[in-house]
Amino acid sequence: MDVILFLIFAVVAVVCAINVVVQTHPISSAVSLVGVMGSLAVLYLLLGAEFIAAAQVIVYAGAIMVLFVFVIMLLNAGAEAKEGRSLMVRFLGIPALVMLLGLLAYFVQRLFPRGDMVHFGGFTGGSPRDIGMALFTTYLLPFEATSILILIAIVGAIVLARKEMD
Amino acid sequence: MDSFIVISLVKAAIVFAALLTTLAYLQWVERKVLAHIQVRPGPYRVGPHGLLQPVADVIKLLTKEDLVPPYVNKPLYLLAPFLAMTMALLSICVIPFGPVVTVGGVRTAMQLTDLNIGVLFVLAVSSMGVYGVAFAGWASNNKYALLGGLRSSAQMISYELPLSLAIASPLLVSNTLSLSELVGKQAGGIWNWNVFHGPFPQVIAFVIFLIAAFAETNRVPFDLPEAENELVAGFHVEYSSMKFASFFMSEYANMITVSSMATLLFLGGWVAPWPAEYGSRFAPAVIFGAAGMVALYHGIHFARRRDKFSLPVVAAVFFVIAAVFLLPMTQEWLLPLFWFAAKTGGILFLFMWVRGTLPRFRYDQLMGFTWKWLFPAAMLNLLVTGFLVAWWS
Repeated sequence: MDVILFLIFAVVAVVCAINVVVQTHPISSAVSLVGVMGSLAVLYLLLGAEFIAAAQVIVYAGAIMVLFVFVIMLLNAGAEAKEGRSLMVRFLGIPALVMLLGLLAYFVQRLFPRGDMVHFGGFTGGSPRDIGMALFTTYLLPFEATSILILIAIVGAIVLARKEMD
Repeated sequence: MDSFIVISLVKAAIVFAALLTTLAYLQWVERKVLAHIQVRPGPYRVGPHGLLQPVADVIKLLTKEDLVPPYVNKPLYLLAPFLAMTMALLSICVIPFGPVVTVGGVRTAMQLTDLNIGVLFVLAVSSMGVYGVAFAGWASNNKYALLGGLRSSAQMISYELPLSLAIASPLLVSNTLSLSELVGKQAGGIWNWNVFHGPFPQVIAFVIFLIAAFAETNRVPFDLPEAENELVAGFHVEYSSMKFASFFMSEYANMITVSSMATLLFLGGWVAPWPAEYGSRFAPAVIFGAAGMVALYHGIHFARRRDKFSLPVVAAVFFVIAAVFLLPMTQEWLLPLFWFAAKTGGILFLFMWVRGTLPRFRYDQLMGFTWKWLFPAAMLNLLVTGFLVAWWS
């Protein structure tokens, strides 16, 4: 049952991810990205990380992607025209892709030895309490640094937007 | 294992049927309440007191022509009502209507599934509901629909923040994310409810939650997405027949969801306002009995000729309901259901009352209100609650 669900949602995630790039209309790409986020949440759920799954849906699918869609709608962005592919893309594209996938597969094989396979529902540190403890003790510095980074980005966006207005 | 599947299927069927009937009749109740606020009778033609009006409405919507305009973005146009409906109905599956009870020898919880992150599940599902409205507005290829969709997504993103913060503070007090545990910690009486209980009573959070809930469900005074005097009908202007109905139903389903969330988080869910040893077991029977007596009195001293027959029948129905509430074998599961329905119904009535009373906000007022007042207030409330909870324990 777990394996079937995993296969279904893994395939959905990959297909949606490819669709993000293939679609010419920004809204269609955004919808596909929502699909990716949703199926990732299901994969987290299968592993037993309920809190992360819920946070994935609330934050990524529910808040960030809504903002994306909102901005696309606000700017009324139309469909992009497909441009002719350059010579390099036509000849080197597929070999480069195959090489990248091969390298990824090789490193995943090397980094995670066969001994510890992923078990469905085997992840136990996923309760809200565990994650809160980890965030505010072990990873306190990276956590705060990230929030300051986000704050800087927000301030930067406002500065840029004000400059346009003047 | 098999019995688990069978019980779950039966429960799902019951909950689904009850929810859809409630949805249809909630609309009738709303029209009646609004009508009486405006001193007019409301639906009166189809059935006694317009009681069959929802049935007539459903038949009308089902048999209407289903028109898809030629200029719409078809995939998203068709996806939007489906998405809105699914997300609105999905959250009901974690809402607990009562404790673990024994019905006909089967022991089961009055809840479809008890997730340990139930609160987050409801938040996640409701945050996905924005897409239905946003896509509907965009895919319709109509300026009014687009404006409605834009307003709605901006409003929902903005009000989700105070809503989530207002939910977080009773969670701090109760120290759990499971909805049934949340109710269990509020048992014992009205002074144990999260609104009044704890190191810091959550009255402010409750008010913030209600205001944000009005905005999240696009209700008056925050119904700018469908402001009919500016936007015709807002995001669903290009929808007809069942597609229109699904937007309509999703709005009412969302109302039921937020009302039950308010009940569970702040008002103690299915527990009675005072303990059973002081007679809260008999309260429903007394209420229905009193209603029956009133009907009987007016049947005897009738104002119109037909009241002589109709009101005693109504009185008899009320007496039967009162008697059912006194039976020991039904009390176990009927009492929690009664209190849950009473509290949720009270909040739903508040929704209708506000709709009949308040005018609509202006758009800049709407946004200024949430960012300048509601969000800081919710933040402050969360901070104070957090400090007091940490200091108390």
